[in-house]
Amino acid sequence: MGPLVPFILSNEFNLIVALIAGIGFGFILEQAGFSSTKKLVGLFYGYDFTVLKVFFTAGVTAMIGVLLFAHWGILDLSLIYINPTFLWSALIGGAIMGVGFIIGGFCPGTSVCAAAIGKLDGLAFVFGSGLGVLAFAEGYPMLEKIYLAEAWGPVLMSEMLGMSKILFAFLLTAVAFAAFYFTRLIENRVNNIHPKLLKERVVLYSSAVGIAFAILIFVAFVPDSKSRIETRINKELKLNDFTSAEIPADKLASEIVNNYYKINVIDVRSQEEFKAYHLPFAINIPIEKMNEREWKKILDQKHKVNYFYSDDHEMTKKAYLYAETMKKPENYILTESSSDFRKIFSDLVVPTPNASKKEINVYNFRKKAATDMAALVEALKNSNQPVVAKTLKVKGGC
Amino acid sequence: MNAEKYMNPYLAGFLLGLVLLGTIYVTGRGLGASGAVKSVVLTSIIKMAPEHSANTPYLKSYGEENPGGPLKDWLVFEVIGVIIGAFFSGVISNRTGIKLERGPNITNKTRIIAAIIGGALFGFGSQLGRGCTSGSALSGMAVMSFGGIITMLAIFGSGYAFAYFFRKLWLK
Repeated sequence: MGPLVPFILSNEFNLIVALIAGIGFGFILEQAGFSSTKKLVGLFYGYDFTVLKVFFTAGVTAMIGVLLFAHWGILDLSLIYINPTFLWSALIGGAIMGVGFIIGGFCPGTSVCAAAIGKLDGLAFVFGSGLGVLAFAEGYPMLEKIYLAEAWGPVLMSEMLGMSKILFAFLLTAVAFAAFYFTRLIENRVNNIHPKLLKERVVLYSSAVGIAFAILIFVAFVPDSKSRIETRINKELKLNDFTSAEIPADKLASEIVNNYYKINVIDVRSQEEFKAYHLPFAINIPIEKMNEREWKKILDQKHKVNYFYSDDHEMTKKAYLYAETMKKPENYILTESSSDFRKIFSDLVVPTPNASKKEINVYNFRKKAATDMAALVEALKNSNQPVVAKTLKVKGGC
Repeated sequence: MNAEKYMNPYLAGFLLGLVLLGTIYVTGRGLGASGAVKSVVLTSIIKMAPEHSANTPYLKSYGEENPGGPLKDWLVFEVIGVIIGAFFSGVISNRTGIKLERGPNITNKTRIIAAIIGGALFGFGSQLGRGCTSGSALSGMAVMSFGGIITMLAIFGSGYAFAYFFRKLWLK
């Protein structure tokens, strides 16, 4: 599941990715004509809307792609970088950049492209932007107030408008296509030309519009991978017989005593309940957090066996079914609840003298298991702390 | 030999969108440009004038937060890629060569001065606005960031608002 950095690819390799992404970025910008300052400022005088066309198409393509990837469950949107909103600095900074654009004829990315193919004006712009950055650094104490004012955090456009992401995506896509249509009219008028659009082009453009909306409709109305798993689990919950997956407390206790390093005892209750009491060596993964990827590497270990428990047998079954959707591990359900487990091993009643042999055996076993578990927990107190997986936030932005 | 025609803008936009999407998928972040200028400039100043930098809070904290300098900076590597990619594109389409592009009514000197001033404004604005057209506007749009999209509207809105006053730089 993406993003691949830093979980699957290292931060060092990330720099190679940066180089490759940059090559693609630079190549396309130059091919689109963004190394030419006249083509860029054409946007502002109405004779050439290439910037708008490229820019909007790229933004909409990437946006639809991000939604589709999230829908398929291959991209975790909670981890990607969302530019934080600082209202005043965004607006004022943007306005200054706009003036810089119309005077200098470039923006930073395009000026680099222009300089790369030998345009001296591009090089001058790059030099100038270095001066601007320096001026900001030196003048920062005066600017700090504006720079940090109205910090709203990483809010989304859809949240601000009070609509769903997908609805906003529909709107933005529609706006983009409308803009393409109207800027074409303006362009033709300003340049005083009346080109005829070839029939193949019309077909091509209309199918592109169609595909974009089709993907959005797919994302909006077809259940995503997460809710599909949920539905499947709920169905299996009703149909399945879990007896073969259930193990009694005594068996789990002996596994803990003898094979603690081969098993994961997983408590799927809430954090508070876990803190109040939990089984020896238990890891707390609240059921609603099981699909978060920090837990995947615990749930999906090749040579370990997972034992799930909670105080609600239905919930334990659900956790078991969820773990079964991962391929590798063997999973079991503790028949008893956590409080029963506690009773069995801490409230031991000494059998009466006329108790059966079986009862005495059970008593002896449980007594020994309880002492052994306590001893093990004590001995491994430091080495076997549950792993607290850190969720790394991705850095980004300009 | 004449320079080749530019790519169809929609095709270029689609491909650029795929590059951006791939970047987000792999790294969790979008593309950028002005951040690389920032990394190179600020690190050079810190190296060249260590005493001054120690007294300038912004430079000091930048130096502390980015001990690796430009050689560890994602955007610097990305912009090196941009240079390579753009140059390669220029070569295959016959567009390389020392050139200066300007409006019909201004001198080369005016064009260079305007480019430096424009660059300085853009550089300054991108620091205040936390990103330029690439990092804030384009990448922000892809992830529906409110801040990114309003920055984009501010950039293009102000470009249109001021276009009239600077028309002599570009038009006949």
